[in-house]
Amino acid sequence: MTIQTNRRGFIAGTGALVVSVALPGAAVPARAEAPAALATRPPLDPSKLASYISVNADGTVNAYLGKLDMGQGTDVGIAQMVAEELDVAVDSVHVLQGDTDTILNMGGATGSSGIWKGGDALRNAAAEARRVLLDMAADKLGAPADKLVVDNGVVSVAGEAGKTVTFAQLIGGKWFDVPMEWNKQIGIFLGVKGQAKPKSPKNYKVVGKTFRRRDVAGKVMGTTEYVVDVKPAGMLHARVVLPPVAGAVPTSVDESSIKDIKGARVVRQGDFLAVAAPREWDAIKARKALKVAWSDARPNLPGDAGIYDWIRRAASNKREAMPDVGDIDKAFAEAARVVEATYEWPFQSHASMGPGCAVVDYKPDAITTVWTPSQKPHYARDGVANILGLPQDKVHGLYMMGPGSYGRNDSGDAAMAAALISKALGAPVRVQHMREEGSGWDPKNPASVHVSRAAVDKDGNVTAWHFESKAFSRLDVESNESQPAHTLPGMMSGVPLKYTAAFGIPEESYGFAAKRKAWETVPPLLDRSSPLRSSHMRDPTGPQVAFASESFMDELAYAVGMDPVAFRLKYLADARDRAVVKAAADKAGWKPHTAATKQTTGGVARGMGVSFSQRSGTRVAVVAEVAVDAGTGKVWAKRFVCAHDCGQIINPGLLTMGIEGNLVQGASRALWEETKFDDKMVTSVDWLTYPILDMKEAPESIEVVLIDHPEIPPTGAGEPSMRPVVAAIANAIYDATGVRLRQAPFTPERVKAGLA
Amino acid sequence: MPKYELNVDGKPHSVEADADMPLLYALRDDLGLKNPRFGCGLAQCGACTVLIDGTPSRSCSIPVDSLKGKKITTLAGIEKDGKPHKVQAAFIEEQAPQCGYCLNGWVMTSVALLEKNPKPSDAQIREALSGLKCRCGTHVAILRAVKRAANA
Repeated sequence: MTIQTNRRGFIAGTGALVVSVALPGAAVPARAEAPAALATRPPLDPSKLASYISVNADGTVNAYLGKLDMGQGTDVGIAQMVAEELDVAVDSVHVLQGDTDTILNMGGATGSSGIWKGGDALRNAAAEARRVLLDMAADKLGAPADKLVVDNGVVSVAGEAGKTVTFAQLIGGKWFDVPMEWNKQIGIFLGVKGQAKPKSPKNYKVVGKTFRRRDVAGKVMGTTEYVVDVKPAGMLHARVVLPPVAGAVPTSVDESSIKDIKGARVVRQGDFLAVAAPREWDAIKARKALKVAWSDARPNLPGDAGIYDWIRRAASNKREAMPDVGDIDKAFAEAARVVEATYEWPFQSHASMGPGCAVVDYKPDAITTVWTPSQKPHYARDGVANILGLPQDKVHGLYMMGPGSYGRNDSGDAAMAAALISKALGAPVRVQHMREEGSGWDPKNPASVHVSRAAVDKDGNVTAWHFESKAFSRLDVESNESQPAHTLPGMMSGVPLKYTAAFGIPEESYGFAAKRKAWETVPPLLDRSSPLRSSHMRDPTGPQVAFASESFMDELAYAVGMDPVAFRLKYLADARDRAVVKAAADKAGWKPHTAATKQTTGGVARGMGVSFSQRSGTRVAVVAEVAVDAGTGKVWAKRFVCAHDCGQIINPGLLTMGIEGNLVQGASRALWEETKFDDKMVTSVDWLTYPILDMKEAPESIEVVLIDHPEIPPTGAGEPSMRPVVAAIANAIYDATGVRLRQAPFTPERVKAGLA
Repeated sequence: MPKYELNVDGKPHSVEADADMPLLYALRDDLGLKNPRFGCGLAQCGACTVLIDGTPSRSCSIPVDSLKGKKITTLAGIEKDGKPHKVQAAFIEEQAPQCGYCLNGWVMTSVALLEKNPKPSDAQIREALSGLKCRCGTHVAILRAVKRAANA
């Protein structure tokens, strides 16, 4: 086995060509160095081919991706798409990511858009590069471009043996000077086209095949450099000091309380408070020892038990409805019967594997650097620039592998804290949060209440569906850390919260004659610096909305005397939607039933549940099989069958593994995850108070059915299979026990209460 | 500050530290080993796992003054003859990690499990790995990897 152990293997695809620089006495990763000389590269410009693709002197290709792979193989998929268009080997394509100086801002990891949008841009760029290279080759070989063939980066003239030229000979080590048609967007929707049209899928050689991940060996052998390992010379370790009660601010700080800790210092800016020391353990000790008098804050939080009534009672600050389908009021007025149910979803924490970490080296007269595991490194760069009052081009952002990221976790706050402290102390600073900050103070997935109603006629046909959510916004703070207002250190140092009211609706194709789907949001619990401020967490609002809407479809099916699969197949109007439901049910061995089957042996009830959802064009159906221990109330999500249609499949093997991760993380959220809090503060602050799925509860089997549509451009796969999991489990619990759980998560206590 | 002798990956080291400083900080900051990682500081997750005399242990919660005469093994010390340990080879083959931050716990605990029980059942693997945390949801890939290593 060949093990590539270069430190920057995660940034650039194959390791061999990547430069790794360690300064004397320090372990500082350099920028993602490309083999093609960066010094001569034209300025980064979205309307230039050189910003997306270059060919190195050795014939390998660089693809500059402003998305980010974080361990699911998005980079491999991009390499395949680029290799396909250029007719080069997949292994010869380096995918460079995460360096704000050399890579455009395509939003980072955002909206499951890595392949969907990033792949589209890079595919178009690679196709254009091929066209330009063939024009160059035509000149060189004295043959028309349409007589040329390309194999593995070698251009030859059809029928004329020996007349060849390589991509490397044509442009290796030099930069394309070719315009691209740019859609004028920066971030997630950045799009670009050239004159060339990408290949027809029927000619694909590598798209649609499984290639292996490039980051695995370094991670397993322990050679990959993570953000926690970055150590510029003279670096100080810092810890933030947050209040014991939400909303409290320091009224006095006794700096003498840490005078015996070697080199320990206090940093205070407004209400932002931190300690730093040369040794990490000393910083941790100083955090604990520092005597702070806090203001007498009384946030009067409603507590986790009271949150749903609080939401119901709160005046909403925004309502948004999709245009009605049909005449919904008439349908309900004429209904023979109305079915209605309410569902409740808690705050949840990103609870990343390690708490947030970042390193900032503030250099007022040169370039300030931020090493960040943020999934949106360009925005982290912007945030550091903004909080330090520096122009963007004086800050260099470098993505480093971090402790897991599933949206806007606490790493953005760590970067802003490191920036403030680095500036205050005039030294490079590494901030790592403690566990209680990673679980207790990260931006949360919003709590919500959902009311679903359906009108049924005298023959049992569903004639109308009305779905309303009332919830905290999914954006108390933005899904990126680009402005101080969106970060805890920013707010604590005096910048007010900048709030956006936003939520979501079910994405589906139920062909009911009348439909109304809407949401309303309630204001945040505190006007700033709240440990319950909300932001994006993997598939923002998706799991909760689908929990409610797809649990309801199950209830509705039984209410009209139908099998839950047959019900969906009858009402779903879109053929691809029906296809995923059918595929999952067939693979699972679904047995049609019109009431809970309640199969119990030896005190264990077993059942199957189905659920379906769309997300930005991707369709997923999940059948979950559960075993419910009637004595303990414990639910084991034993088996998942997932049918997945994201259009064109780039890499089926890695897609399947990404879906597995979604299903297990989704099961964890369904069964265990709830941020608890009392009237003063979040009390879910570690793994005991915020439990997640344990290995003993991991599914016995996960079967994934991929439905490929080579003719349909790929949509996303990073999040869509998270969406239907919760409802599939809820529906399986109902099938097993006859108990309908309408409040998540489905903990042993709730299941037992339901069974009683 | 007192000095402590530590035997790490077969080599002796001397560390000056507070008696109550957890081993994790000696390994990371004094010895420059980066594989044990801080996840919780509470012995609840396993990201900091090392073997102490062959037993998987949470280095975030073991004071540096309690290790006299003990053999400490980190991820960097389980390769044999410059080759990946069979558990590492299996984790690579199965492409088990996503973010990989938690990996120490799973790999080191699996190494210790297979030392004691070379052919564990599914239930025994789950039991041995219980309590370790993975937030990316790679549990089923980890199970495949440990089974592959047991069969190697």
